[in-house]
Amino acid sequence: MIWSRALWLAASVLVGLCIVLLWQLAADARLVSPVFLPGPDKAWAALERGFASGELLDKVLGTVGRMVWGWLLASLLGIGLGALIGISPAARAYLGPTLEFLRPLPASAIVPVAIAFLGLSEGMVLVVIGFGALWPMLLATVHGFAAVEPRLYEVSRALGLSRWEVIGKIALPNALPDIFAGLRLGLTVALILAVVGEMLASREGLGLWILLSARAFRAPDLFAGVILLGLIGLVSAALLSSVERYALRWRTPVH
Amino acid sequence: MSGWRGLVVPAGVLIAAELAARATAMQSDSLARPSDIAIAGAAALVDGTMLRATAQTLAAAFAGLAIGAGLGLAFGILLGLFRTASRLAAFSVEAFRPIPSVALIPIVLLIFGFGYRMEIAIVAFATFWPILILTRAAIAGIEPRLLEVSRALGFGLGRRVAKIVLPAALPRLFVAFRLAVGIALIVAVTVEITGNTLGLGYALMDAQQSLRPALMFALLLWVGLVGWGLNAALLWAQARLFGPAAAVEAAP
Repeated sequence: MIWSRALWLAASVLVGLCIVLLWQLAADARLVSPVFLPGPDKAWAALERGFASGELLDKVLGTVGRMVWGWLLASLLGIGLGALIGISPAARAYLGPTLEFLRPLPASAIVPVAIAFLGLSEGMVLVVIGFGALWPMLLATVHGFAAVEPRLYEVSRALGLSRWEVIGKIALPNALPDIFAGLRLGLTVALILAVVGEMLASREGLGLWILLSARAFRAPDLFAGVILLGLIGLVSAALLSSVERYALRWRTPVH
Repeated sequence: MSGWRGLVVPAGVLIAAELAARATAMQSDSLARPSDIAIAGAAALVDGTMLRATAQTLAAAFAGLAIGAGLGLAFGILLGLFRTASRLAAFSVEAFRPIPSVALIPIVLLIFGFGYRMEIAIVAFATFWPILILTRAAIAGIEPRLLEVSRALGFGLGRRVAKIVLPAALPRLFVAFRLAVGIALIVAVTVEITGNTLGLGYALMDAQQSLRPALMFALLLWVGLVGWGLNAALLWAQARLFGPAAAVEAAP
């Protein structure tokens, strides 16, 4: 079983490598102008050059830092507020429709508002990331708290638990799968908004790096930046998944 | 429905903002009185600028969605029907999917320059992945006996997809489509905010840069209204067309 899985994984990695090889062949044959599509060899060389000079590492750290801070801010706020709203039917009735209205609002649409108040500053970028990542977290938490089996609340009342004990012992563990779904979505949103914020406010990071590389027609540097952004997305999602598996290990798999 | 209670908070916020602005005789480049926002919004609606910007954004969003969802559906069906293909593609899908769509803006900008084509390409990339993943899951979740029946009837691939697979997976495909419409709108506005001189996102940036906060807030509310309206219309259609069959939310 484990062997066949490893074999399939190896085969699928091989398919991925074949795609890179095709990309190399297409670039070598100049099917597409090298201004738009440098080969993977050139992109790799740009990566090596960037990391050797330490320049790219700074950009990666800038983007990751921004993304993580905004995301943490949004997570704490979103889960806290979501718990308060989710646990109380009255708060849900008063605030629910407003939240539902704001849910499909593109987070980037508040960029102009944030610029109007904070200018093209680091704080503006953080506020935009935090605001954008807040909604998935808040709504998922509200939903998770609202979806707790009512009998569990009855049990907690019978046991005479206080409000905080109800949140900590009953509601929060039950809402955890929803909260993790929100955390995962929030992470994606945070990375996207970090890139958008860097591009608009010219803050040091991969977003600005790829924009400037494109303006200077340095396509290999541009592709190196895009590859790194993809890696950041991949690694952050994988880390979160392993935390999730650990935190939810008490759940018996339903399927 | 708890109708009126949902209106208390937004109405209270608006009234409080109006009173506060009047009490302090506010003069600001970044804030505006709710009454001024309403007037600016009505004016932009009447002179057609807001509707034109909306049409531009929606045109780019739906053109991109058509390409992204079409390709995603095709690949999703392929990967959902053939387990071998799905396993072989797993690594590539997981490696390409996390690339944030906005990271492609500079690349696409080099190729197409500003305009519709660039925005459409980015929306197509952004909607391709969720549609692919959700279609694959929807197809893989089809009752296996239905596929056995199609084999027993000697259907070819085309007829199998048209007569058995698509109808069986339709409710979950619609849920995927609804999610993708939301993503398409979000990505279109984001691309416009980051520099494309089209649509609602550009109108928002323009209102901010020309220091017209009332128009900026009116546009922000309008963007929210458009997103909410689209989602509500699709939710209604989903309940109407599929009823409880679509209530099984397609888990990614």
